[in-house]
Amino acid sequence: MSNSSTALAHQFDDIEQQHESDSLGMWIFLATEILFFGGMFLGYSVYRAVYSPAFSEASRRLDVLLGGINTAVLLCSSLTMALAVRAAQLGGRRTVIALLIATIVLGSVFLGIKAFEYYQKYEEHFIPGPHFEFAGANGRHAQIFFSFYFVMTGMHALHMVVGIGIMLTMIWLTKRRRFSPEYYFPIEMTGLYWHFVDIVWVFLFPLLYLVDRS
Amino acid sequence: MDIYREHYLNCSYGVRSWLLTKDHKRIALLFLMSITLFFFLGGAFAVLIRLELLTPQGDLVQAETYNKLFTMHGVIMVFFFLIPSIPSVLGNFLLPMMIGARDLAFPRLNLLSWYIYTIGGLFTLGAVFSGGVDTGWTFYTPYSSVYANSHVIATAVGIFITGFSSILTGLNFIVTTHKMRAPGMTWFRLPLFVWSSYATAIIMVLGTPVIAITLLLVGVERAFGIGIFDPRLGGDPLLFQHLFWFYSHPAVYIMVLPGMGVVSELVTCFSRKRVFGYSFVAFSSVAIAVLGFLVWGHHMFVSGQSPYAGMIFSFLSFMVAIPSAVKVFNWTATLYKGSVSYDAPMLYAMGFIGLFTTGGLTGLFLATIAVDVHVHDTYFVVAHFHYIMVGGTVMAYLGGIHYWWPKISGKLYPEGWARFAALVVFVGFNLTFFPQFILGYLGMPRRYHAYPAEFQVLNVMSTAGASILAVGYVLPMVYLIWSIRYGKTAGDNPWDATGLEWQTPSPPPTENFAATPVVGWDAYDYGAKEEEKELQVV
Repeated sequence: MSNSSTALAHQFDDIEQQHESDSLGMWIFLATEILFFGGMFLGYSVYRAVYSPAFSEASRRLDVLLGGINTAVLLCSSLTMALAVRAAQLGGRRTVIALLIATIVLGSVFLGIKAFEYYQKYEEHFIPGPHFEFAGANGRHAQIFFSFYFVMTGMHALHMVVGIGIMLTMIWLTKRRRFSPEYYFPIEMTGLYWHFVDIVWVFLFPLLYLVDRS
Repeated sequence: MDIYREHYLNCSYGVRSWLLTKDHKRIALLFLMSITLFFFLGGAFAVLIRLELLTPQGDLVQAETYNKLFTMHGVIMVFFFLIPSIPSVLGNFLLPMMIGARDLAFPRLNLLSWYIYTIGGLFTLGAVFSGGVDTGWTFYTPYSSVYANSHVIATAVGIFITGFSSILTGLNFIVTTHKMRAPGMTWFRLPLFVWSSYATAIIMVLGTPVIAITLLLVGVERAFGIGIFDPRLGGDPLLFQHLFWFYSHPAVYIMVLPGMGVVSELVTCFSRKRVFGYSFVAFSSVAIAVLGFLVWGHHMFVSGQSPYAGMIFSFLSFMVAIPSAVKVFNWTATLYKGSVSYDAPMLYAMGFIGLFTTGGLTGLFLATIAVDVHVHDTYFVVAHFHYIMVGGTVMAYLGGIHYWWPKISGKLYPEGWARFAALVVFVGFNLTFFPQFILGYLGMPRRYHAYPAEFQVLNVMSTAGASILAVGYVLPMVYLIWSIRYGKTAGDNPWDATGLEWQTPSPPPTENFAATPVVGWDAYDYGAKEEEKELQVV
């Protein structure tokens, strides 16, 4: 019995129907994710418009160099992820594992740098709440900026942690020879998810770090 | 005397075989049980509310407890009964069968959906029994995020979790409808229940994530004081209301659209006619789903929203009445010259049409800004949305449960009792909620445990109606359970209906159909069925 027929779930007639369903399901899930982040982007945009000077001022307190490095790291991780999906289509088991590990390493570097940035902000008393301090005219409104900064990047980081968990599972499944060139959909879906997380950052970075730097 | 036949109920036994099942029909029954539990719990809170309102002064409970009662009634009924009711029970059971599939596209996600629902439900129950929440089901800020002294975060987390159950169900329905249809089952041969479930699924998938992030922000604000919705810190409470209603208004259509789908099935079957204007009814579901996303501002006419925004939201709210009216007119036209019979499911369907029309028309009052200013936050609003949600959705849900009960259980329910219960529900419902229209118009505000003495007569009527309604809801539970053991064997197609779900034995085998059906006819082909019958007589 070939691999593809063992991978076929009972409710589907053929592997192609299963592939199309998986793929459509994943895209719909990503649509829900867009709406989820959309709520935060909407809130950000509203206050960005209302408290424009405060947001510019607060944005300049972020470390654009670390943010820039992180952007580069994350874009590279999307490349390794895309290559991993391609390798899975071609059936290169070891290559898939190596590329997934590379993606995980890059993702972890991102999270490490992010954690360091959070620590910096903590030292500078930029954590919203009773201990928030902001030297400047618009302290109260700068706090709202930092609220969005932490909620949005925090949600993004949480999605990355989940993504890393999924990739670890995929490595394990690949080791157990669960995938083949006929059935590699879970890796493809992992790739879609990871690219989505990447794209969210592509929007977050300019909105939070570059909003008023010319 | 029955010959033993294996079906989805007797193919395996034991708690484990149910808790680990991937069969959409068994998962539907799991949902049926949990949802029934929440329905009666939410109902119990309603009973306490109505008892308190029997007299003008607060004697049964005081203001704080009363606030918790109506909040928990709302939270449980909206998030744990109405939203999952028809999709997760009837939709789960029927959707794959109606399109000729063996199961939903993602059976494991489907089971996960039930587990998520249960975990979210337990979380909320924990919050309820450890003291409850008093913000109203709307969680308006800054009261909920700063001042409220009750279990806001725990309740919000419960709703947040349950939202994912809704998302997974919606996702599953969309993919199933796109990819799992049997050969020959084109989009325009789909039963209308599938169309309305599909439209509902779109709202679930696009709306639910927004309430998730909104409640998350409320929780974060409450826990860490971040101030996004707190005016003291420069935040804007109106932003919360926008985000909240962006989901919660479409959520009304999550509740009522599947009910409309059920009614389309019932009206055609008991009129023995193809539905009038099939494609109009089908597209009106999609139109409701789309327009439903554009009207949330009508909840905010008096919240300080821009008057120009208010005018546009008012106009768009009137627009939603068009596809809703298309449905009502088309059902009525289907009855015309049909051979109508008044079995219990049809009584519920007729009840739905009347009550939904009343609820819908009073919705137009509320969409009119000037009238809304007068009746905003009064019992008029309470009566209006109960006509839609209870008079509409619950009637359709009960009608659907009765109609498909022979398929689900393989047994017939007692018809006489069922007709009686349908009448009791209809009478009880109107006696409960019609006086509330008058109360609201006279100016009685909602969400108070005490009221001026001149409102007492109408409130006593409402409470009396609620008691009748409660009897009407307990009756079906009793005789349906009774029928599992003592009911007559139903046969495959007791209603002589046309859908694919009736062309398989009752209860259906685990794989639904012995062989994948090939569809060569349109939905509701009752004309052909009647001709066939006449030929047999001759």
